[in-house]
Amino acid sequence: MALLQISEPGQTTAPHQHRLAAGIDLGTTNSLVASVRSGVAETLPDETGEHLLPSVVRYRAGQAAQVGHAALAAAVEDPLNTIASVKRLMGRGIADVRHIGSELPHEYVAGSSAMPLIRTGAGDVSPVEVSAEILRNLKQRAEDTLGDVLQGVVITVPAYFDEAQRQATKDAGRLAGLNVLRLLNEPTAAAVAYGLDRGEDGTIAIYDLGGGTFDISILRLQRGVFEVLATAGDTALGGDDMDRAVAGWIMQQAGIRDDAGRGVLRRILQLARAAKEALTLQPEVTVQLPADMHGEWSGVLTLDTFNALIRPLVEKSLGPCRRALRDAGIQTGDVHSVVMVGGSTRVPLVRERVAAFFQAEPMVDIDPDRVVAIGAAIQADILAGNKPDEDMLLLDVIPLSLGLETMGGLAEKIIPRNTTIPTARAQEFTTFRDGQTAMSLHVVQGERELVEDCRSLARFELRDIPPMVAGAARIRVTFQVDADGLLGVTAEEQTRGVKSSIEIKPSYGLGDREIERMLQDSMHSAAEDRDARRLREEQVEADRVLEALHAALASDGDQLLDAAERAAIDAAAAHLARVRDGTDVRAIHAAMEAVERASSGYVERRMNRSIRQAMAGHSLDEFSQ
Amino acid sequence: MATHSLPDHFELFGLPRSFRVDRQRLDERYRELQRTVHPDRYVNAGDSARRLAAQQATRINTGYQTLKDPLARGRYLLELAGIDHNDEHRTTRDTGFLMEQMELREALAGVRTAADRFAALADIQQRVVREFDQLATRVADLLERDDAGSLAEAGAVLMKMQFFRRLQQEAVELEIAFEDELA
Repeated sequence: MALLQISEPGQTTAPHQHRLAAGIDLGTTNSLVASVRSGVAETLPDETGEHLLPSVVRYRAGQAAQVGHAALAAAVEDPLNTIASVKRLMGRGIADVRHIGSELPHEYVAGSSAMPLIRTGAGDVSPVEVSAEILRNLKQRAEDTLGDVLQGVVITVPAYFDEAQRQATKDAGRLAGLNVLRLLNEPTAAAVAYGLDRGEDGTIAIYDLGGGTFDISILRLQRGVFEVLATAGDTALGGDDMDRAVAGWIMQQAGIRDDAGRGVLRRILQLARAAKEALTLQPEVTVQLPADMHGEWSGVLTLDTFNALIRPLVEKSLGPCRRALRDAGIQTGDVHSVVMVGGSTRVPLVRERVAAFFQAEPMVDIDPDRVVAIGAAIQADILAGNKPDEDMLLLDVIPLSLGLETMGGLAEKIIPRNTTIPTARAQEFTTFRDGQTAMSLHVVQGERELVEDCRSLARFELRDIPPMVAGAARIRVTFQVDADGLLGVTAEEQTRGVKSSIEIKPSYGLGDREIERMLQDSMHSAAEDRDARRLREEQVEADRVLEALHAALASDGDQLLDAAERAAIDAAAAHLARVRDGTDVRAIHAAMEAVERASSGYVERRMNRSIRQAMAGHSLDEFSQ
Repeated sequence: MATHSLPDHFELFGLPRSFRVDRQRLDERYRELQRTVHPDRYVNAGDSARRLAAQQATRINTGYQTLKDPLARGRYLLELAGIDHNDEHRTTRDTGFLMEQMELREALAGVRTAADRFAALADIQQRVVREFDQLATRVADLLERDDAGSLAEAGAVLMKMQFFRRLQQEAVELEIAFEDELA
């Protein structure tokens, strides 16, 4: 019903209320929330004026979880119940987690999904629940600042996130009670923040060097449409590696041995980090070891020495840059803007080398820690419908190929990487035994030939196949990837037209029931609070539905509907308007569904008409001259 | 599938049904159509509108992918002309062509031991692209004639293009492997 967003020439849209929307950068180390207020997108601070929320959650038996600075402060004394860097565990299986988790002190246990649970003093929690705590905190901050319930949010994810990681992020949003309008790739968000859609057309590179990961994306911009051409990266390259290089230098200069103990090493890393940050502003820095540590060594680290230490790391980031350019089918000289994202891009050598590589001056005007959240806020504002005349459109791709397991443990690609989404592909299968009524499929994601080298996304069971002789059944399985990069599968038996039921066993995702249980379990708010909030959320949703419907009816209801159809829609809308003022959450929900059913034919007609209009401006006559 | 009720890719994009496609026009139509139907335009709409938008956006993406790639476009034109073109089960009998393919494959395998691997690989890649483009020009001429013999011949040329496409992919994989060894 947001068909009202298609503005028609010469027609003024009725003024509507500003809808509250926010962009959330759910980061590995820090998270942020931003919103567009009075036409300006800005990050929102907490009550103490801090914009960055440390992505750390601490669980305590019988109490609400602690999030942010308080949890971070407790990390040293209570490491087992304090969870940091949970983003690295999202959508990962127990084997990956054991591998990643060797640096994290937690104990992991198997849960109902392939994603393991983390053992804490307040029970076992899934990475999705931990992320939801962070999101809830930011949601609360935004609603306190903006003064009402958020109507929708855009959450950013790294461009290289696979389907399981995206699904886990969206689940966390649902669990936090957020209406997730879109999962947006972080580099695309950064390009939006710079308002590049209002500038000249061309090709943009987004260079994102964070604490622990590196990511490069190449985007094409044409008349307000951002099209991701290619992405590449290195999941084990970031500012933390620079800190380690500087720490190594300090230890060598001060004569400290590698086995000095964890406490000493951690403090040296902190000194190294501070020195790195100081060198973004000055040509040298004095490093002073505290008196209680290894005598009173102090030494001067010059920018030249620092550059020599980190040069190999910076050069390493250029490999993925070359790869992304090749996948995009362009040369370095074709890139006309380079956007810098991530705190590590403050390092002068990084800026220098990136400028030289792309032969373009990197854009650094927006705080690289906040640029992603700001872009997400701008997109959320548009998606919420606050800018009906906005032309900007973001076309993302899937970062990794989707495939199916075939005989011999090989992966057959169904949808290749860098395919623009939404997309769908169909594949036909047949039975290999007489009377076979079921068949299982294994969906994987990745570029490698062997299934075991790819990520397992889901196993599907096709049932109710009509019994036939072997090879006679023709089962058409359709794989769809939506605009968020999430997968859906449907199957149909072709010879008899029977829709086979599919039992989906998501390897990483959560079922609706599981989300419901987690919502129930959430001790975040008292029962009454929760009920009041749900009612308010349903009312906001109902208002949105009614507003959109009325606007659509006013513009073309008379042309597209006969009297009976119009009466049915009006009756459903009137009923919704009535129950909306009550307190029965279920009744409001049911009334919204009734409106949806009554207007589905109308919606389809509107959509078909707008496609015809988009095509009509360019009839074949143009070519027949 | 009941495709007759839907416009074909060319109709959808308002382009004449021809192998020669005006790329700039195609890109413009693509953006206009996506602006109209992309699911981002319907996030506040009901489920049925969102589903419909996703279907339409998918159709437009599929059409765009097909029309912008000469190999996919050529096959699609043959399909529209009623010629079933499934080259997985077909091979060429053109021995000259097969010899050339074998020679290119050997050259590709020999790159590993070349003095400058990247330069040797770049040479092969350039040759592959050149041959692919020449075949595409040939397909354009054949499809313009629009008689049964030309259509069949176009099918044979498209199959040769498929060989070069695969070589191209293998060359890129080799390049990535070389880069990985350097890193």
